[in-house]
Amino acid sequence: MELDPVLLSRIQFGFVVSFHAIFPVFTIGLASYVALLHGLFYKTGNPAWERLAAFWIKVFAVVFGMGVVSGIVMAFQFGTNWSNFSQATSNFLGPMLSYEVITAFFLEAGFLGVLLFGRGKVPEGVHLFAAIMVAVGTFISAFWILATNSWMQTPAGVELLDGRFHVTSWVEAMFTASFPYRFAHMALASFLTGGFVVAGVSAWYLLIGRDVEANRKALSMCMWLLLVLAPVQAFVGDAHGLNTLEHQPTKVAAMEANWETSSNVPLLLFAWPDKDAQENRFEIGIPSLASLILTHDVDGVVPGLKEVPPEEQPPVWLVFWSFRAMVAMGVLMIFVAFAGLWLRRGGRLYQNRCFLQLLRLMSITPFIAVLGGWFVTETGRSPWLVYGMMTQAEAVTPSLSGWMVLATLIGYIAVYAVVFLTGSYYLTRVVREGMLAEAPHDEVERPTRPLSAAHTSLEADAGRTFRS
Amino acid sequence: MELINLTMIWALIIGFGVIMYVIMDGFDLGVGILFPFAPDEEARDVMMNSVAPVWDGNETWLILGGAGLLAAFPLVYTIILPALYLGVFLMLAGLIFRGIAFEFRFKARRNRHWWNRAFYLGSMLATFCQGVVVGAYIQGFQVENNVYVGGPFDWLSPFTVFAGLTMIAGYALLGATWTILKSEGSVQQWAYSITPKLLIAVLIGFGVISLWTPFVDEYVRERWFGHLTVFWVLPALALLCAWQIWRSVANRSEGQPFVATLGMFIFTYLGLIASKWPYLVPPDITLQDAASAPESQLFLMLGVLFVIPVVLGYTAWSYWVFRGKVRGDGYH
Repeated sequence: MELDPVLLSRIQFGFVVSFHAIFPVFTIGLASYVALLHGLFYKTGNPAWERLAAFWIKVFAVVFGMGVVSGIVMAFQFGTNWSNFSQATSNFLGPMLSYEVITAFFLEAGFLGVLLFGRGKVPEGVHLFAAIMVAVGTFISAFWILATNSWMQTPAGVELLDGRFHVTSWVEAMFTASFPYRFAHMALASFLTGGFVVAGVSAWYLLIGRDVEANRKALSMCMWLLLVLAPVQAFVGDAHGLNTLEHQPTKVAAMEANWETSSNVPLLLFAWPDKDAQENRFEIGIPSLASLILTHDVDGVVPGLKEVPPEEQPPVWLVFWSFRAMVAMGVLMIFVAFAGLWLRRGGRLYQNRCFLQLLRLMSITPFIAVLGGWFVTETGRSPWLVYGMMTQAEAVTPSLSGWMVLATLIGYIAVYAVVFLTGSYYLTRVVREGMLAEAPHDEVERPTRPLSAAHTSLEADAGRTFRS
Repeated sequence: MELINLTMIWALIIGFGVIMYVIMDGFDLGVGILFPFAPDEEARDVMMNSVAPVWDGNETWLILGGAGLLAAFPLVYTIILPALYLGVFLMLAGLIFRGIAFEFRFKARRNRHWWNRAFYLGSMLATFCQGVVVGAYIQGFQVENNVYVGGPFDWLSPFTVFAGLTMIAGYALLGATWTILKSEGSVQQWAYSITPKLLIAVLIGFGVISLWTPFVDEYVRERWFGHLTVFWVLPALALLCAWQIWRSVANRSEGQPFVATLGMFIFTYLGLIASKWPYLVPPDITLQDAASAPESQLFLMLGVLFVIPVVLGYTAWSYWVFRGKVRGDGYH
């Protein structure tokens, strides 16, 4: 079999980005949460906030570490695997990525050191300031990277001269048609991710009766946040979809697995898109609903995949099912958020064990949703890398041979597997041993093991102080 | 006609970014390289704690180097990275393992020795690859029509391997003198004892490379030996710094060995630039050839001129917060 460097580079980039993407969406939300906890402690002096902050900083540190190391790879991938793309787009991409480094990465890195290690070395107010700067840094980073990605999806403000893009308007290039929707969608996704993870972990602590006071506060905060954000995300997602319909109709056609341009398009609940046959198998759908959702009119015309030749169609199956995975998770999130509201009456929110168990399981849903959405938006523009202007085949590094990409792909998978497995292991351990500040006291369900690790001494000491 | 030569300013900015990376990540990579030779686990704790709050910021200079090159000299980025394809992967793999070791080592108990290994092998691999990059840069790249056309292993030659080994010795020296600065007691004594040995290794490495380079590259030979130039002051200053390291270690001075090592790195770096100037992708692509569009260079420069001083400000502040001697206990 001939090894195709383009396909392998796509798989490699897709793998590296997907692996990397799950960490920032988590840390963006978590950084704001940590800053908020610091702020609450600073303002109220309630030690529960401080215990929560101390615990979540540990989680943040592990996840941020994994995000940083996998992120370094990204900057180099553009050059190693997509040198023609880099060469052609450098006039725009270079400044964007450089601005991300100087306005966001340095800010995060510099103040993270102070946030993690600066306790006792700097005044409490400065420590709070460091937490805020880390959170601000994560958002600045998201701004640049989404501006860049949006430009690749809906390019503007550039002209193509001799195979290279030249920026004619920085404002138009940075704030393209899809940018506001993309930024809002991702920012909400980050808060939902942080929110569901914090809710899940707090629920677990409540289940085993650990530091009930602090974790009730944490869970309550999260559920209010999710109650607002989960439905808002549905509206923003809908608006984003309409924007995509306007600018990338083929992507929407793939999301709906709609082959023929027509009105009264059904919303498919299940289908097996077959790109070779240019049709769906096993189609089950609700009549006219896709037309209604996408055009807000049952008779609305929805563009079909056959508007473009098969070689310009994205991998329909992947886009279709990724989109359904994302939407399913979103619906589930809204349901859980409202269930939480209903359970608040009589304080059942903290006692209903089924619901707390459900919340534990829900921790994984935002990651599935984010990856699903990411697949939709990235593979959905295939075969274009810069939509309508540059294809993936034109973008790849000319000197690459298939085996080189395959070798490094296997290498990245092996390295990231180690990172991910050990990272998950240590995260689990941090969670298991965390929030012990209040314990051990007269809770019925005590952890089975006493706290022994030297590295958590700081927290245990803090806890003892608070209890005395 | 331009009033200011943008491209020259960018050459200075990128040059500054690269040396910032080399000396800052250099000492924390060096700490990793020295890790297995440290006298005991407590010494390793001290060494790791001395760089834990700052390594992330140090490594950010590497990403700035990559992104800055893409912004200002895209041709360098798009020729050299494909040319070093497999080497870049190895460097990144090394950086990944040493990076996560910072977080995971302190969380591990029975498996701590694995994270010690990940930390030093990762540091060593990343450093070796960076030395190879420097060697490959001196060696030059096969380019046709602005596209790399050489083979996947051109970067791997006896010369580049030697450059990689020299880099390991160099970063180890930075790490040792940093450890002298940040530690006390037995750890510091150990760091004092290894510094002269590392210095000798580095001097031998630099010496051999200096003699070898003119044979590898005619352009360099012409530059240094064609006619006596003012450039010779750079290696002279580097040697002066080396002598200062030796003397200050003998005097048990705590700060001077590190400062003198920084000096030695900076002068050697300037000497390397002087060898190749004005070629950015040896042997024949110049700064001007490799530059991006002026409007892009200008757009980013406005930000750089305002933001980098701020970055340097809070970076310096963060180093100030963590000033003084480090002890083994107490991780966040």
